[in-house]
Amino acid sequence: MAGINNFLALMLQLSVPIILGALCGTIAERGGIILLGVEGMMLLGAFAGVAGSFFTGSAFAGVLLSIIAGALVGWIYALFCLKWKAHQSVVGVGVNLFASGITAVLLKAIWHTEGMSDPVAAIGSLTVPVLSDIPIVGALFKNQSPYLYAMFLIVAGVWILFYKTKYGLRYRAIGDQPHAVQTAGVPVNRYRYIAMMAAGAIAGIAGSYLSLSQNNLFVTDMVAGRGFMGLAANIFGGWQPIGSLGAGMVFAVAQAARFYLTDLEIPSQIVQMLPYVITLLILLFVGKRVKGPEALGKLVD
Amino acid sequence: MKKLKSMSELGKSLAAIGIALVIGAFFVLLSGESPMEAYGALLKGALGSPKSIANTISKSIPLAFTGLAVALGSRCGMLNIGAEGQLHAGAMAAVLTSLGLSFLPGPILMIVSILAGILAGMAVGSIPGIFKAKLNTSEVIVAIMLNYICTLFTSWLVNGPVKAQGSAAQTHVVPESVWFGRLIPQTQLTSAVFLLLIVAAAMYVFLWKTSLGYQLRAVGANASAAGTAGIKVNTFLIMSMVLSGGLAALAGVTEVFGKYHRFIEGFSPSFGFTGIAVAILGRNHPAGVLLTALLFGIMDMGSLRMARVTNVSTNMVTVVQSLVILLVAAPELIKWNKNRKRG
Repeated sequence: MAGINNFLALMLQLSVPIILGALCGTIAERGGIILLGVEGMMLLGAFAGVAGSFFTGSAFAGVLLSIIAGALVGWIYALFCLKWKAHQSVVGVGVNLFASGITAVLLKAIWHTEGMSDPVAAIGSLTVPVLSDIPIVGALFKNQSPYLYAMFLIVAGVWILFYKTKYGLRYRAIGDQPHAVQTAGVPVNRYRYIAMMAAGAIAGIAGSYLSLSQNNLFVTDMVAGRGFMGLAANIFGGWQPIGSLGAGMVFAVAQAARFYLTDLEIPSQIVQMLPYVITLLILLFVGKRVKGPEALGKLVD
Repeated sequence: MKKLKSMSELGKSLAAIGIALVIGAFFVLLSGESPMEAYGALLKGALGSPKSIANTISKSIPLAFTGLAVALGSRCGMLNIGAEGQLHAGAMAAVLTSLGLSFLPGPILMIVSILAGILAGMAVGSIPGIFKAKLNTSEVIVAIMLNYICTLFTSWLVNGPVKAQGSAAQTHVVPESVWFGRLIPQTQLTSAVFLLLIVAAAMYVFLWKTSLGYQLRAVGANASAAGTAGIKVNTFLIMSMVLSGGLAALAGVTEVFGKYHRFIEGFSPSFGFTGIAVAILGRNHPAGVLLTALLFGIMDMGSLRMARVTNVSTNMVTVVQSLVILLVAAPELIKWNKNRKRG
């Protein structure tokens, strides 16, 4: 029983960056923008969080800075894609490389070392009193980061926005038929800019989770592919918020399993491969039927 | 007209490099160092002596191969982000073949091993192409998945089944008959550079002097028009990715046969991704790719000295390279002749 609780707890912790990353993908791509740069945006958010916490002594300031940094990067990303009409996949690759390089350069500049920063003030974990004693489900409420609950709220928020508001309806239409939406009078690019800033902010939060909650410092390239995993989860989940949540959990299970399967003599690299293989298989078998936004990558002017 | 267009392309690339260096200088200042000192150290580190020039060229070789790979794919409209996975697959296949078939006579072993590497890269490269052609799924996501799968799979192999004695994650040393010869003693420059030049020339001939190459470029320029003209678009989509995968594999093969003489974990510092920058800046042309790869090699080699002499991290080079990607990729950002209509 304790074993399952521990596994669930671990899985939930591991799911946060993946699900948030998937949400970024969902938000951006439902509006038609290919968001390969999630990895880099998360890394910048992680660094911004640590930098903010370092200079102010407050972890919350760090989180705030990561949100602002993320939104800023999202805006610049949209600028490159929409105003300067860059090839969106290339912008993604560029952002990822830039993030990797600039965080390492600034790390050296601030802490005069390579590899990792000094420890900073971080976000502690919570335990909800009564609920944490419930078997199995209690894992959700015991020693978990506040980010976990924030994540659920963000997923819910995105869902409500997408499916229960007219803005969400219009935005989703942009991903499929941007020209039609533009003709109907909706300012397509403005919606996209806002969406990219939101996606960036969420990526920033995801990054700060890694640096301020799961850890209390910044390590170079600490996102370690979880942004890409999030993109895969987004596809796996069918470009929907709830789908991203579910797919992210599946990927988290695979990640958590890595710690438990070492006894079974299944090599860790093979276990790590699973989420990616699963995604490929999903794309293979369901690819024709799982429909992404039809106008992914297309611009209106 | 054609000459003007390529001058304009060259100008855009140079402008991008210039702006990227200026922005990079700003970050150097932020690090509390002098850009003049930093860039000066970089140039001296890369070109200051014959040995360093040789090493600079050596560093450019894998970048040139991945750059050629991405360039070829781009000529058909496919962005090969999977070069990283393909070069790992190629390197591992070549090493394992040379170890497994070491009884073969020298030159034959060399040819067979290199072919094995190329085939492995082609196989991996074909997958995104097939997905795109048959299922219309983004070749980019498939390629990224494959990057992780290939890197993790080869990591498992080199940490497990094919690991040599000792603590390092590496295989046994490959037979001497497949080592690329060292051109200049005490440097890393090997005869792989000749292979690169031959391959680059072959790519030029293929793309611009053969009918197949013409059709491939036609698909890249306008797939639906090409299809209407009777060209089998899907065939070329897959073909371009297959060839691209083979080229990327050579980046891995030349590194493990030339520099390390074994497969060693982590031998690729993102050659695959940097190759994208090289291809873009090189305008997807073999000559441009070679020049850009040399430029990036200068930056990589020089950054070592820059990091020693100043406090600037070697990652500054990554920053400049990424800025170059972003600037070159945005056609509206650097308008060469603002008043000319794009003909």
